[in-house]
Formats: sequence, C-alpha cells, structure tokens
Amino acid sequence: MPAPLTRLEVARIAALARIELSETDAARLARELTDILAFAGQIADVDTRDVPPTTRLQADEPVLRADEPAPSLAPDEALANAPETDAAGRFVKVPRVLG
Amino acid sequence: MDARSTALDIRDAVTRGDVSAVEVCDLFLSRIAALDPTLHAFRAVDADLVRREATLVDRRRADGSALPLAGVPVAIKDTLCTQGLTTTAASRMLDRFVPPYDATVVTRLRAAGAVVLGKTNCDEFAMGSSTENSAFGPTRNPWAPDRTPGGSSGGSAAAVAAHLAPVALGSDTGGSIRQPAALCGIVGLRPTYGRVSRYGLIAFASSLDQIGPMTGTVADAALMLSVIAGADRADATSSAAPLADYQGALGRGVHGLRIGVPARALAPGVSSDVRTRFDAAIAALTSNGAAIIEIDLPHARYAIPVYYLIATAEASANLARYDGVRFGLRVEPEDGSLDVMYRRTRGVGFGREVIRRIMLGTYALSAGYYEAYYEKAQRVRTLIRRDYEAALADVDAIATPTTPTAAFALGEKVNDPLAMYMADVLTVGASLAGLPAISVPCGLTDGSLPVGLQLTGRAFDEATLLAIGRVCESEAGLAVGEPPAAGLPRVP
Repeated sequence: MPAPLTRLEVARIAALARIELSETDAARLARELTDILAFAGQIADVDTRDVPPTTRLQADEPVLRADEPAPSLAPDEALANAPETDAAGRFVKVPRVLG
Repeated sequence: MDARSTALDIRDAVTRGDVSAVEVCDLFLSRIAALDPTLHAFRAVDADLVRREATLVDRRRADGSALPLAGVPVAIKDTLCTQGLTTTAASRMLDRFVPPYDATVVTRLRAAGAVVLGKTNCDEFAMGSSTENSAFGPTRNPWAPDRTPGGSSGGSAAAVAAHLAPVALGSDTGGSIRQPAALCGIVGLRPTYGRVSRYGLIAFASSLDQIGPMTGTVADAALMLSVIAGADRADATSSAAPLADYQGALGRGVHGLRIGVPARALAPGVSSDVRTRFDAAIAALTSNGAAIIEIDLPHARYAIPVYYLIATAEASANLARYDGVRFGLRVEPEDGSLDVMYRRTRGVGFGREVIRRIMLGTYALSAGYYEAYYEKAQRVRTLIRRDYEAALADVDAIATPTTPTAAFALGEKVNDPLAMYMADVLTVGASLAGLPAISVPCGLTDGSLPVGLQLTGRAFDEATLLAIGRVCESEAGLAVGEPPAAGLPRVP
C-alpha cells in the first residue's frame, strides 16, 4: 500500500498540469487520488519480466504519406475560435510572455 | 413510416418517394420537442438547419442519387466535430466552440444522405459512465427517468431508445458505446481499433478511442458501419484492411460457431439479475447451433487499473491543448501573466472528473512514478492482449454481460470515483486489446430494466459479431421491446 498523497504532492502535480485548485479541491483530490492509486497499485503483483510494453496497436507498420501541399483552413477560419486576435485577425494574442 | 421505423425502413421509404427527408426529420423534431425537456438526451438541436439539410437530401434524391442513408436523421455525440454547429464535449471549456470542419464520420454520413439531427449529451470529454459529468446536466434513462442512461455516450443511447432519433453515433474509450447501449436496451458497436477514422473526434485517450454506431437493430448497426468504416488519409491510425460485407453477414447464423465464456471473469460483481439474462442468452445461442466453450482470461482482473492508468496518462497529454490560447475558454489573469492564464482557464474550464483524471495521468507519467504506474500498465496491457489472442485462436467470439448491473440511480455513484470506474469492468478489456465488441439487448431484469450481452471478436471481424447479434435479436426471449411510457410526457 503506497503512502497517502500529501497536499504538497497534489500541489506539485497541479503545477505540472497547469491547473489552479482551491484548498478544498486540493484536500479532496489528495484523498481521492490516494484511494485510486492504492487500487491501481495492484498491478505491481503481476510478473512482467520479459513482457514488452504495448506502445502501438496496429499490425501494419506506420506509412508516411508524400509531403504534398493540399488545401487547408483559411487563416480566418482557423482563428475564428481564438479568444483574442490582433486587430487584423492574423495572429492569436496572448498575455505578455517575456517581461 | 413512424418514429419506430429503422434506418433501413426510412432509407427505403425516402428512396421510393413515399415520404420526404423533410417529413422524416419533422417527425423526429416533434418527438424531441415533446420528450427531450424530460430526458435531456440532446445538448443542441437546430430545427431550421435540420430542415435545410433535409431539403438538400430530397433534392439529391430527386436527381436520382442512390443514397445508402437517404433521409435518415442521425444523432451525433457532442465529442464529434460538426462544421458550423457548436461542439462542446459537454465541457465549459468548449461551450462556444464552433468547428471549422466536419469529423470524417460526419462527412461520410452526409455524403450517404443522412441528416445531422443534433448533438447529444455525454460525460465531459467522454470521461464517465453515467452522463452525470456533463457540464450541462445529466441525461435520464427512458426506461426509468430516475436512473442514468450510462455513459459516456448516454445522450445518444437515450435518444435512440426513446425514438428521438432512429440511429446515433457514439465514441467508446473504455465502454462508452457499449455500456449505455446495454443500459438503454439498444445495440452499440465498438469497431476494431483503426476500422473507423477518428479525424474530428475530440481526443480523450488516443490508443483507445473509437467511434461507432448506436442503433435500434443489428441490421442498422451493419448499415451505419458500412458507411463510416474505411481508411482515411486524415487519420494515420485508420487501417487499410479491406471492409467486409457487414449487411451480407447478417443472415449467416451461429451454427458451427464457437463462442467462449470466461466463467472466472464473471464471478465477482455480476448481479444475479444480469447473470440470469446472460445464461438465457447463452442457452439461446446453443439451441441455434453454437458451441459454448469455457475460456480463461487470466489477467482480466487487472483490466480496470491498467485502463485507468493508461487512459488518464493519455488524457493528460491530449487535454494539454485547452490552454485558453487558440480556441475555447480563456480566463484573463489579473496580473497579466501567461502562466496564471493557463492555470485559471484550466481550473475553471474543466469539471471535477476531468481534473481528477488529468491529475492521475500527470502523476502516472511524472518522474519517479512513470515506471511503476504508466510503463507497468503498458506491460500488463500486453498480457491482457495476449489473453484475448490466445482465447480467440480457439473461439470465434467471447460472450460476457456488457455491464455488471442494470441501470443505476442518478446520484448513486457520482461521488465515488472507484465505484463508477467499476461500471466498465467488463468493457475495458476489448478496448485495451483493440478488438471489436458489440452490445445487444438480452432481456429485462425483474425490475424491467434492459440487460446487454457483449460479444468480443477478432480484429476486423465485426461481421461475425453482427451475425451473432442478429440471432440474439430474433430470439423472442431476448428482445427488450419498448421503454414504458410511464414517467414520460405523452407525444402528440
């Protein structure tokens, strides 16, 4: 049985996942994730020596297509759902990245 | 032609000119107007748009085009992109997202003469087994409105069961087509991994997601599969394997087929009600000439932990795209920083179960835990796949109940994540192995709730599953009939 997840670890995972959590949600998630990980941990009992991990399901090898230009979305269509664009509607706008 | 007509009947009536596509759509729109305020199977229906599309189909038919789904209204799960029609995955994150293109399956349905009737409710980003995780409120089960329709494709299942649509599309990661089909008394087919293009499906777990039909009859499932299946250059995981004659397979029967039953895997957790109906289905298959073989799937009990580790790890990567930059919700940060915008947007935009899964998946992939959780789960997945390969070398299909119990009450499991995850205990195996599986009705419990029989087959052998399903459907003792009208408003 793995040790319970601490609030500090929950905060670390939330930071990795870029999710802001309230104190209440963080406390609840610490309990829930502890339970789920204890349950999931039973796979440690399975002998997987010499068993390769499944990394893909297709029987046939991946095929690369020819790199040929083809019609695609016009810029205004591609940006139609953007929360904010520049005045000309050509770029996505985001908050300042560099100080 | 009435609201109980199959897609095949509607197609034939429209093709003969007995009824127009517009009249067919009006019939279903009037049922939706009467019943959906109670059921909440649909998230959005645009009646004017439906009639405009139907008018175009009538024109194409008049021009002499042979359309395999002429005038057939189709309900589409809201995880599938529809050009110009809001597509939300039942999430606040996407509540105003209007896709600039159709998913390949939607393109193929439209080309075949089908009309998109509306978008159906589901668990947020398809994460759930009851449709209660929708940001827009739950769907009710037409058989018992105080119960869930299952999930995550619960809206599509409820719509077909209540005849708000003759057929629907769902998506299935760990059972999201089959489980709600079972709980609503309809047919649900998860095709082989790679059989159907996923271009335009909002991604949850890319090594598991599949799109498939949810229908009233097995013949309609075959018809729908024949339209949506096949390679697609927009999806590199779609397979070039040749299609079978799915409709031609329907009359094959089960005589001489070997059907495996993993007796040990059924022992824990399957309710006696469900077990009784399952045994009756097996007896019916035997009397129709199938041989029942006891098989073993030794790693079946690890399928739920393996599934929830792999699916959540993949989800944590797939859902990284919802960052408030290119589309979807953005919550402006008061300090003007990009990182706070990311965190706040995702904290506000995602619901409780989605956050739980992203957190679990992020943990399973993080330094120090990757080997013990994610990679270990991938190794056990290999053993689960080998179990199925060994079993299917000897039998033509594997039969189990689709779900351990019939439909559960709204609110019963929604605050107990592990209890909810166990609703998928019999469906995640085929998902992990990449195999096709179908759920067909196999009678009612003593409490008059539908029970589903699940048949899992060899890769790309949907035809055998359809043939077996067709036999089950024609057995009087296994049919479920109509949901009772009790609890639902009268339809004019």
